[in-house]
Amino acid sequence: MADRGGLDRRRFLLRGLGLAAAPLVAGCDRLSESRWVAGILRAGEAVTHGVQRTLTWRRALAREFPESARSAVFPGNGTTDPGTADYQALAASGFAAWRLEVRGLVERPARLSLPEVRALPARTQTTRHDCVEGWSAIATWTGARMSALLDRVGVRPEARYVVIRCADLMSSGEAYYESIDLVDAYHEQTLLAYEMNGRPLPVAQGAPLRLRVERQLGYKMAKYVLAVELVERLDGIARGRGGYWEDRGYEWYAGI
Amino acid sequence: MTDGPSSHTWLYRHTAATRLSHWITVLCLLVLVPSGLQIFNAHPTLYWGERSDPAHALFALRALETDNEEMRGVTEIWGHRLDTTGLLGVSTEDGERVARGFPAWATLPGAQWLAMGRRWHFFFAWIFVLNALTFGLYALLSRHLTRDLVPGGRDLAGLGASLRDHLRFRFPAGESRYNVLQKLAYLSVIVGLGPLVVLTGLTMSPWVDATLPLLPALFGGRQSARTVHFALTWALVGFTVMHVFMVAVTGVLNNLRGIVTGWARVRHHDGGVDG
Repeated sequence: MADRGGLDRRRFLLRGLGLAAAPLVAGCDRLSESRWVAGILRAGEAVTHGVQRTLTWRRALAREFPESARSAVFPGNGTTDPGTADYQALAASGFAAWRLEVRGLVERPARLSLPEVRALPARTQTTRHDCVEGWSAIATWTGARMSALLDRVGVRPEARYVVIRCADLMSSGEAYYESIDLVDAYHEQTLLAYEMNGRPLPVAQGAPLRLRVERQLGYKMAKYVLAVELVERLDGIARGRGGYWEDRGYEWYAGI
Repeated sequence: MTDGPSSHTWLYRHTAATRLSHWITVLCLLVLVPSGLQIFNAHPTLYWGERSDPAHALFALRALETDNEEMRGVTEIWGHRLDTTGLLGVSTEDGERVARGFPAWATLPGAQWLAMGRRWHFFFAWIFVLNALTFGLYALLSRHLTRDLVPGGRDLAGLGASLRDHLRFRFPAGESRYNVLQKLAYLSVIVGLGPLVVLTGLTMSPWVDATLPLLPALFGGRQSARTVHFALTWALVGFTVMHVFMVAVTGVLNNLRGIVTGWARVRHHDGGVDG
């Protein structure tokens, strides 16, 4: 009991120091659970998205670094191996049987093999990858430009988003997916990357293909890409927020 | 110094704009600091530069397992280790030891919940910024900034004496105007800490960095900006602690009345509202 009292006293003193207003935080915890408070806080994302898109140059390039600036170790976050039987079979064959399906609101749906993706106009860039958790790592990515792929299949005028469908199943059993708008899709640095640091993309980094959207956070850059789908709305897909993590409370606009 | 009641007078010390902006700032900091610690906890390590190389951490809150399988919280600063079990690195949550940077009672939300921490943080960051811009504009236009906050030559000449008085815990109370140390403290928050904490926050945005590469260059990289943002937070917390202490020791009721209603009792003889 004495020990407990000591702990309480220390907590009390630390609170008094203004580290945090614990009673307020407890109240805020209840607020965090409330649906309408979450809805109000969500308005912050709309403001951030609107202001950042308005006040910044849409075609601005993320900084590109010399290769000497690469990270010695690039963390493999999220799924580092889909592990499904289908994926293992694909990986065993060097992704010979893998096809990138391009579908949805396009004039000419397509199924591309890895060599066909590699034959598309490509780009190589050494960029900083920023994780929502807070870390940053630098690597060189080579991949097909998303804009080249979209030009090849012909985007129908009603299309507003590019949805990326992935091979990795998350703990809930749902497949990872992501989405970006056409501003990002046509951006010069937006790639479907098949190489990292000059070598074929390792499994931990999303082999055979991962998305690079350099001005957004890591969770937007879906790995193990199976399909690119053009859609008009996101609300009919999974839980309707435009991505696996977005469906779990993270921002769809991950530019911050 | 036996001032009778007759030597006091009422002064309208804080305008409505100042009072409102003050309390909005209080609310913002009460949300921004704990939600910021929640975000920090997702990767409780700080670095310098653009990259987060694990081998070159400046500061880290870690959970280490000892030989007898006990979990200890360790705070690592520049390679020096400090056992901070119970507070930093490892703390108790619902009677159980858990590995987390800052303890549950210091974060918003209390549980590890990065997505909600970000929502709280960015929403109140907008309120903080809009409030700061409004106050800044008001302070400039109303000349509150130049008249009441920027120290004049006479203020600065008395800096040494004021510092000596404060260090001897002889605080001026019931003054009608800010003393030189107050002016310098408030000014450094308004034109220094405040803007810098917003800019380092923005530098962590990859979208902003693409348009304004000057920002990461200014702070030495995104990870440096994150480190500076963290340090500035504690500078702001330190300022707040000092501020609340000074409020308490220089007539807490009179000071609170001043910042709530605008009216405070001041000594009659020191010039009053000559502005």
